[in-house]
Amino acid sequence: MAQVDVPLVRSRFGETSRADHWWVQPVAVFLGLSAFIVYSTWAALQGQHYRFGAYLSPMYSPELFGDPLHAWFGAKASWMPAWVTGAMLILWAPGGFRVTCYYYRGAYYKAFWADPPSCTVGEPRKTYLGERSFPLIIQNIHRYFMYLALAILVILARDAWDALWFDGHFGIGVGTLVLVTNVVLLSCYTFGCHSLRHLVGGIRDRISGAPVRKQAYDCVSCLNRRHMLFAWCSLFWVAFSDLYVRMCSMGVWSDWRIF
Amino acid sequence: MATATFRIWRGEKGGGEFRDYSTEITDGMVVLDAVHQIQAEQTGDLSVRWNCKAGKCGSCSAEINGMPKLMCMTRLNSLPLQQPVTIEPMKTFPHIRDLVTDVSWNFRVKERIAKFKPRRPDAPDGTWRTAQVDADRVQEFRKCIECFLCQDVCHVLRDHHMHEEFIGPRFLVYTAALEMQPLDEGDRLQDLKSQFGIGLCNITKCCTKVCPENITITDNAIIPLKERVVDRYYDPLGKLFRMFSPRGT
Repeated sequence: MAQVDVPLVRSRFGETSRADHWWVQPVAVFLGLSAFIVYSTWAALQGQHYRFGAYLSPMYSPELFGDPLHAWFGAKASWMPAWVTGAMLILWAPGGFRVTCYYYRGAYYKAFWADPPSCTVGEPRKTYLGERSFPLIIQNIHRYFMYLALAILVILARDAWDALWFDGHFGIGVGTLVLVTNVVLLSCYTFGCHSLRHLVGGIRDRISGAPVRKQAYDCVSCLNRRHMLFAWCSLFWVAFSDLYVRMCSMGVWSDWRIF
Repeated sequence: MATATFRIWRGEKGGGEFRDYSTEITDGMVVLDAVHQIQAEQTGDLSVRWNCKAGKCGSCSAEINGMPKLMCMTRLNSLPLQQPVTIEPMKTFPHIRDLVTDVSWNFRVKERIAKFKPRRPDAPDGTWRTAQVDADRVQEFRKCIECFLCQDVCHVLRDHHMHEEFIGPRFLVYTAALEMQPLDEGDRLQDLKSQFGIGLCNITKCCTKVCPENITITDNAIIPLKERVVDRYYDPLGKLFRMFSPRGT
């Protein structure tokens, strides 16, 4: 590689000539992600109040073990430790999808590692490995988490469909709208994924001869342009959906039936 | 008439200090106008590189209030003038004098990237056929004016000085323009992974933020290249799938 003779002048941590409030964005990201991590960890440890009638919290879907009437594999196996909840068995998949997401990576590298804290702001560390070696080279697994996220989307869509039926009769409650909105926002986020964009069209230099592929690439690209927006909206709404079902199940909130 | 204060870096080869200059400003002025006015009226030996004054030559790159910008495209009414406007040379490249830096490292990097290698002509007369839709994707990358603001803001080069291991956003865009070019048959993925250090980019998107041509550097060039590198080196299932699929281009 070409060499350059730049005197090695390192900025001190936080040193910058910027006059704007550059710290606002990383602090907001830090607080937003921290709040979600704290809430989702707490919710995952509860192991109860995740179902209310036809509503199932997205943090506990699919319900692998639990209520024998609804769970895929019946009651919780006796060999499973008592502290293991249904959420713990599944949250690693959507969690992994978000942790390895290109948008979140850039955001939490800044907000949690200060790498850098913000553009043209001095960093706390002298060494830098990037994503080319362990551990961050693992981020390349993102597309596999994307496959899992797509499968979970189908399951959550089925949950939203189930939320339209109350004792065998069609109906819509506020909880139905909450779960449907959750699926819509998660779809907008997942279908705007950079890896999906690559797989549906970016992988090829010529897509002119494949109109379906071209259409799919354009759709994913359109959502990809708002990837950050949908990343945050869907993150917030997943937590709110869980909170809504939980509050209804605990009797704190009443689910209002629209019809 | 209003006046504003400009805090300009003065010195040679990395050494120097900020000096304050107050000058009159008028509607429509850009930072380069103010620098020229200061040069003409107060300090004739102020060094500044510029050429087109229209945001197309990429010569007048500098750091204005700490952010890499073109001086000719930064209007004074977009800056808080109640405090001094700081103007510094780009920090990623060797300093020559005042606001001028030596950006020749970039040209040496460019020489190392495998050149355009066209496939065999589509027609007997030696010409090619390209659909507009295929050309559109790489067209964005052709807007680059090589101002090197993206190189300046990239923390891998700016803070970690990994010039020998990382080619920087500008040349990842250049490589993307070649890799995604529908006529090109060249293969630069091995170089991207090893010599060009694409794995060093941690997607801060600072390069996209400072690009005066609004090229979506991270989303449209760097991440697609990262994905192509993943295809070849880090995705065993995908590799297996492609072995049994019709070959695409």
